[in-house]
Amino acid sequence: MEFMQARKFKDNAREAMADRNLQSALAQLKGGFIPRRQEAADRLPEFDALRDRARELKDHVLANLDVYLETFEENCRAAGGQVHWCATAEDARAAILGICREAGARTVTKGKSMVAEEIHLNGFLERHGITPVETDLGEYIIQLAEEPPSHIIGPAVHKTKDQVSDLFLAHHRQYGKTVRQTEPGAIINEAREVLRQKYFDADVGITGANFLVAETGSTIIVTNEGNGDLTQTLPRTHIVVTSIEKVVPTLEDASTILRVLARSATGQDFSAYTTLSTGGRRDGDLDGPENFHVVLLDNGRSAMLGTEFQDMLRCIRCGACMNHCPVYHSVGGHSYGAVYVGPMGAVLTPSLEGIDDARHLPSASTFCGRCESVCPMRIPLPKMMRHWRERAYDSGASAAMERWGVDIWAWTARRPWLYEAGARLAVRLLKRLGRGRGRLRRLPLAGGWTRGRDFPVPEGRTFQEQWRARRRAARPAP
Amino acid sequence: MTGTADPKRAAVLASIRQSLGRGEPSRDARRELDDRIRRHKPNLIPKRGRGSHAEQVERFVAMAESVAASVERLTRDTDVPAALAAYLRRHNLPMAVMLAPTDWLCDLPWDTQPMLTVNSGRAGDDDVVSLTPAFAGIAETGTLMMTSGAAHPTTLNFLPDHHVVAVRRSQIVGAYEDAWDRLRKERKNGRGFDLPRTVNMITGPSRTGDIELTIHLGAHGPRSLHILLIDDDPA
Repeated sequence: MEFMQARKFKDNAREAMADRNLQSALAQLKGGFIPRRQEAADRLPEFDALRDRARELKDHVLANLDVYLETFEENCRAAGGQVHWCATAEDARAAILGICREAGARTVTKGKSMVAEEIHLNGFLERHGITPVETDLGEYIIQLAEEPPSHIIGPAVHKTKDQVSDLFLAHHRQYGKTVRQTEPGAIINEAREVLRQKYFDADVGITGANFLVAETGSTIIVTNEGNGDLTQTLPRTHIVVTSIEKVVPTLEDASTILRVLARSATGQDFSAYTTLSTGGRRDGDLDGPENFHVVLLDNGRSAMLGTEFQDMLRCIRCGACMNHCPVYHSVGGHSYGAVYVGPMGAVLTPSLEGIDDARHLPSASTFCGRCESVCPMRIPLPKMMRHWRERAYDSGASAAMERWGVDIWAWTARRPWLYEAGARLAVRLLKRLGRGRGRLRRLPLAGGWTRGRDFPVPEGRTFQEQWRARRRAARPAP
Repeated sequence: MTGTADPKRAAVLASIRQSLGRGEPSRDARRELDDRIRRHKPNLIPKRGRGSHAEQVERFVAMAESVAASVERLTRDTDVPAALAAYLRRHNLPMAVMLAPTDWLCDLPWDTQPMLTVNSGRAGDDDVVSLTPAFAGIAETGTLMMTSGAAHPTTLNFLPDHHVVAVRRSQIVGAYEDAWDRLRKERKNGRGFDLPRTVNMITGPSRTGDIELTIHLGAHGPRSLHILLIDDDPA
């Protein structure tokens, strides 16, 4: 599925800002998530202390990741589950296809999983004659629209209600639904009715995992709709698609992170359904899957350990960073041209896919720092975007003009007398150009900057001049 | 796939160790991590998960109601059949219920409600109302903990439109950690303890915010969650 590409971020963003449906959907997002998260944080006095504990905990896990994964595997197997280790996306797809073939699967229901998006599972299954059915309402909507998710917890957040009404009318005729529903309750009910039978028909249910618990070999999903639970309970085989950094040592440790997850994501104290799955159906059980498989993906994560990007592996995919990001609010998720979007995506995508194609993403930031200030795991996202900018420069991925500019600036900055003389000249020239208006509409060589905003005119003296003047004034008279 | 001979497993673990700049951890290092798991110490438990049992019960009720669950207090478990029948009538629901096949619920005086059709087993697509027990009620977020097993099929928690849960006052705990402790004690075995196939932590009825970020109840799971809180230890 070719949708938007990361390397065309600037074009994508321009299109997105002219898209009225998208802009109206994004406006709602801003007004919804931000106050809800704040209220949830305010209701729990220990919220910030819990964030500290969650960060410490995950750092401890990452330093001992190999051992905790081995312990998880041992306990998962003891409970009757199977763990499939996968170094690459291709390995994970092959493992899933193998399990589906063994189960004789024709249709597969799916709960929401970002790792499944990351390995582009749906298209792969379709090419191999297996029909995947997304059951999370947001994922179902974008599957009908043949689009990738635009948000990690609200995949269809870019769609207005009217667009969903049109989509359902176009796709639900085959189920005898010929009325265009416009009330949210009726729209949701229609999806519920259409999807109900799919859970019973599916041979395999695929979910993601928010956590893996080493102590018990369990996987945990956190949802609100209940679709993930129906997906994993009704078919004979349950596959969990997940990645290596999601392991935590104990149930107590999972509880600590759970306390910050929903509050940061949707502003709920706790999501409606937090479900632990441990192995397959037990003797005497009347329902539940007979087979339980955990597909454990690395896909570049282990290589992030020990680097300046290790902290990114603390991410619990709550979406708070994008909910609070002024760039995301303006351009939406699709502009990023990647599975993971917003600030966390701007850091993660170059790690997973390389900086060449993703070089614009770490630059899609105003460095306002809101993402870091709301991140429940206290991930220094702006700092890591800066690291990626440096790497893009070092690897030669950034544009020639930008490189020359930086090179010339660096050469001058190493010669203070030249830098100062140049700055003095530029400041005075710009002031004259501004002609008392205080700003410039256009500036040669900075067209990319002034196309979107005015350039504030310097007041006439350089920083060094002002600094010296202040020092002089502060010095006591002899 | 099968233990240590799997080359992909070896590759992932080797890559982790290389990035961490160390080889396989020593036996002592492993023992330390195993001990951490065995101790399973709580990290930080918020104050709202503490307090007297009476406070926890009140908090459980308030928190459950804040997420659109309804709570009804009963003085004896023999009151359950009448309360359930009244609930169905109040909401114009069909007079039929699928019970979790546990002796406690099945042995209640259902014959006092002759208009009510009572079955027990797993849920099918046409069961509208289920009645199940809970393993615990957790005060800090008004969460019910359900454990799967022969006496409590998981489908009962998700397929019916209306889920009614009977929970005793003595089952209410303060924090998630208290519920894990009870579960560990109840499911002790030779290796330590084992979890059932499914543990569901349920906080209010099913909901979605996927249409224009407005919360609507009854997405795929139950549209309503009704809690019968039975006073088995009057405070």
